[in-house]
Amino acid sequence: MSYKLQFTELLPYWNVLLYGLLFTIVLTVVSTAAGIAVGTASAAARTFGPLWLGRIVAVYVELIRNTPFIVQLFFIFFGLPALGLKLSESTAAFLAMVINLGAYSTEIIRAGIEAVPKGHIEAGLSLAMSKWEVLRHIVLNQAFRKIYPALSSQIIIVMLGSAVVSQISAEDLTYAANFVASRNFRNFEVYLLVALAYLLLALLTRSLLRALGRVIFKAR
Amino acid sequence: MSLVSIRDVRKSFGPNEVLKGVSLEIAKGDVVAIIGRSGSGKSTLLRCINGLETYQSGAIVADGIEVGGASTNLRELRRHVGMVFQQFNLFPHLTAAENVMLAPTVVNKVSKAEARTTAAEVLAKVGLSEKMDAYPSELSGGQQQRVAIARSLAMRPKVLLCDEITSALDPELVNEVLRVVEQLAREGMTLILVTHEMRFARDVGTKLVFMHHGKVHEEGVPKEVFAAPRTPELQQFVGQVG
Repeated sequence: MSYKLQFTELLPYWNVLLYGLLFTIVLTVVSTAAGIAVGTASAAARTFGPLWLGRIVAVYVELIRNTPFIVQLFFIFFGLPALGLKLSESTAAFLAMVINLGAYSTEIIRAGIEAVPKGHIEAGLSLAMSKWEVLRHIVLNQAFRKIYPALSSQIIIVMLGSAVVSQISAEDLTYAANFVASRNFRNFEVYLLVALAYLLLALLTRSLLRALGRVIFKAR
Repeated sequence: MSLVSIRDVRKSFGPNEVLKGVSLEIAKGDVVAIIGRSGSGKSTLLRCINGLETYQSGAIVADGIEVGGASTNLRELRRHVGMVFQQFNLFPHLTAAENVMLAPTVVNKVSKAEARTTAAEVLAKVGLSEKMDAYPSELSGGQQQRVAIARSLAMRPKVLLCDEITSALDPELVNEVLRVVEQLAREGMTLILVTHEMRFARDVGTKLVFMHHGKVHEEGVPKEVFAAPRTPELQQFVGQVG
């Protein structure tokens, strides 16, 4: 049982791995921004919107939260072309990520909105503000403050889960690892390196989000 | 002509009728103190006036706007009818000044600078000039409630509804809030207060309304009503709280 580590054999593929890393980062950043936007709109619709809209949102949320991410991804990439909607690997990956995070963040943000005391909403309404003005200026800020840690965790989960997009050949970090391993058979080295890269990325994201939170929600 | 006119208003929560035909006329400059046991419908009545609650029958007209219809312009109504709550309800993520500035900038679209001038003015009126940039969590209950009053005043309301605004305060903080309300009354502000402060109702009020089982049971000039309550229910109530 002796294995000689040979990381030097990865060197020729540094650009493939770097591209994969950058793809994963961009995928995470963009789908986080878009996913939270979707989640905020959905949560607002569910709490402040008309009943029919809330119902539609509920169906969306339950559909996504109760099916595997990889099946959602396959449906978008392999299934939708049957309806004439043919997407590139990257577009399908982005779309699946946004839809997925959108659903999970809807529930997180909704919890935050519902935790805002009803009296604050009544106070806003009594000041002649509209429901949407109350939501924007009074409710959302407080809601995000409350759920920021939960949302941060979800972002990291989604970032790590994005490895699945390699299954439709979207060229993320895991795809790069598969590619390299299939060329030089250095499975041990390449997956160890990539695992470390994900670990670092997750830790970095966590501290970045924490710092961002401190700036946005100044300590009181 | 009445500034607020309430005619035969009935309201139920499910099978429970809380307002059983309430009528009340309130003129400009009136300081109306509504007293009564908990569950007598005082707060519900107040909340119907600015449309926070709906009612099933009757009519409320406030500052010429009929409240309660499907087409009621609640925004226009609430620009003229302010409300202060038992639990203060300051927005915790905003400073005292920002709390006061929010509605004028968002609703009336005045500039930040102009809103801040107004905020300074109304916060001075409630004696909190030096607390403009403090957050609610840095203020005592009495101070928070005074900011809440200032926040309503910044919209220049014609009527101010006060829903048990001293009930959540420690006893030693009650007076600083009542002094502010008394000053507003002296300046001619029309006030409708649901209150448990009997002495305040008697000394500052121009009109006393005793509610009992969802109805106006007795009303009149506070000093006269307190000196000689006509109904046994009010006699008993005054005896218990006075």
